[in-house]
Amino acid sequence: MVITFPHMGKMYIPVKALFDELGVDIIIPPKINKDTLDIGLKSCPEMACLPLKVTIGNYVESIKRGADTIVLSGSCGPCRFGYYGVIQKEILKDLGYDVDIVILDPPREGLRELIDRLKKISGNCSLYSGLAALSKAFKVSEGVEELLELVLKQRCKEINKGDTDDILSRFEEKVRKVKGANKILDCIQDAKGELSKVRLDSKKKTIKIGLVGEIYTIIEPFVNFDIEKKLGDMGVEVHREMSVDNWVKYHLFPDIKFRRKQKRTLKYAKDYLDLCIGGHAWETIAHALYYARKGMDGIIQIMPFGCMPEIVAESILPTLAKNENIPVMTLVVDELTGEAGYQTRLEAFVDLLQLERSRKENEFGEALSWN
Amino acid sequence: MNSEKHYLGIDVGSVSINLVLINEQHEVLDKLYVRTEGKPISILKKAIEEISLKHHGDLKICGVGVTGSGRDLAGVMVGADVVKNEITAHGLAVLTSIPQASTVIEIGGQDSKIIIIRNGVVSDFAMNTVCAAGTGSFLDRQAARLNIHIEEFGKLALESKSPVRIAGRCAVFAESDMVHKQQMGCHPEDIVKGLCEALVRNYLSNVGKGKEIRPDIVFQGGVAANQGIRAAFEEALGCEVIIPEHYDVMGAVGVAILAQREVERKGCTSFKGIENIKQNFNVRTFECAACPNSCEIVEFIAGETILARWGDRCGKWTMKNEKKSELRSLA
Repeated sequence: MVITFPHMGKMYIPVKALFDELGVDIIIPPKINKDTLDIGLKSCPEMACLPLKVTIGNYVESIKRGADTIVLSGSCGPCRFGYYGVIQKEILKDLGYDVDIVILDPPREGLRELIDRLKKISGNCSLYSGLAALSKAFKVSEGVEELLELVLKQRCKEINKGDTDDILSRFEEKVRKVKGANKILDCIQDAKGELSKVRLDSKKKTIKIGLVGEIYTIIEPFVNFDIEKKLGDMGVEVHREMSVDNWVKYHLFPDIKFRRKQKRTLKYAKDYLDLCIGGHAWETIAHALYYARKGMDGIIQIMPFGCMPEIVAESILPTLAKNENIPVMTLVVDELTGEAGYQTRLEAFVDLLQLERSRKENEFGEALSWN
Repeated sequence: MNSEKHYLGIDVGSVSINLVLINEQHEVLDKLYVRTEGKPISILKKAIEEISLKHHGDLKICGVGVTGSGRDLAGVMVGADVVKNEITAHGLAVLTSIPQASTVIEIGGQDSKIIIIRNGVVSDFAMNTVCAAGTGSFLDRQAARLNIHIEEFGKLALESKSPVRIAGRCAVFAESDMVHKQQMGCHPEDIVKGLCEALVRNYLSNVGKGKEIRPDIVFQGGVAANQGIRAAFEEALGCEVIIPEHYDVMGAVGVAILAQREVERKGCTSFKGIENIKQNFNVRTFECAACPNSCEIVEFIAGETILARWGDRCGKWTMKNEKKSELRSLA
């Protein structure tokens, strides 16, 4: 059995740690590129959402490298993602690939079934070693997230443009080669150490933007044209509440402290949206309000073309923007998105926030001079 | 001979390249509107030569700004002081020429945008998303199909007495609807008017969605020359729409003003001079094999030297045009 899984940002690192610890062979799909997308476009229904197409590309590329079992998480709805597993199985069958797809649904959808499926992919290890592997993978997931947060904080302030990204790409190269959670944790430590040596302009005034929207399009740099890097290079400090680590903590681990915090954040949205309507619409609204109250300069929503929950959130956002007095921009990503138009929108949005910031500062300055 | 300082604004768009010359008082001295014809480099070269010939030796260019979708290319080619996105450039041009404006409707070759201005600053904007229905290129195509000169297209719409209804949601549907109505024997002017109304409907429900459109409303971009569209906007919005004198080159005006500010701040210009723009420019593309991203890298070459590279995701190649990123962060 050789396992593979879809890409979503840096999710492959904790997943690799988990299977390394379990002693199961895996194939990490190659980094997503045009070819990955092309495979998906050719074999998926045109109306399907973008993540389905890209992940099909991931599977095919991994199968060609020898994978025979695909693991992905399910959610039994309530958005199209809930059907990814079953539909992708059919698509792969049509393409002539006879592979096993193991869908891990949350425990509330049937604990017995989940345990059976986990047993199947865990290489018949004991309960104890299974739990030990999970807890190590969990540590890696936390470590990766800390690293990424550091990158977000530093990139906008670095003196030599590109230093931070150099370290990050070297880290990614290294992490693919090592085996075992401990070695991966070492890599993370090393990268953190290197990052702390990057020369920063600590006095630089940065614009702060919060990202909201559909989790896959926020986290996967290929589909969002590396928005974090683009904004960072423009001197913008990016905040992103949505992450693989938070998703794991909320859905898979009984991390009570975190769940409480998450519930509190969701309560922010109660005047606009007070229930889950599928996808991440609830989080989008809640996080937007959280950012607004934390004093961000602006909010960017990213979603795949045709994503129903995010379309609902999109229509709520203008009211929120008006009430909270914060600029909000929505970016829709699709297979056709031209990068030039995307860059133009980002630049114009940053200009707008910068002007607003200097206007506010001037007002403040005048107020001071009147005293 | 005069010793007036000139600032050049260049807008390299998908359909047209616009050049303007302004003086220190932001007055437009000359403007040039040429079709891009898919060859931005050679057309821009010709346009700059044309404008310099027209003014003989009187030209004293003290600063250059570039905007439009081809801004990076043009910026490296001429040595721009400012490389700026077209939304900011358009907003600034309107604020300088029509300070009381609250809403800007801008329809260009492939883009249509709305810019909301409150208290003298741009407070919000939106651009068309995945659909190009209602932009200049689409109108061009339909005019050609009906064998009507694009300049006559708008005028024809004004002659209509009973416009037909055309579906405006999508360019493909609009076209098949037009063919259908034409084969039913409808008059061309009624079809054209119907199309104008459909495009305005599409704009307001697509680009203008959720935005508060308040007068004074300014309508600019190449499509503003189309009287039929203007009339349809006035009808739909129930108020007058202002078309600025230089409606077709507002982006270039805005970026020329930005160039002036930038030059005044740093004290000199990076403009290469007209003589240097006459040299041979070349573009080479190759696929980077360093990682699975396999980005298509574009190299911009003048004579023997590589001026700039772009197209990569990792920044390995683009980081070498330090100057470009400097330009961006400065402006």
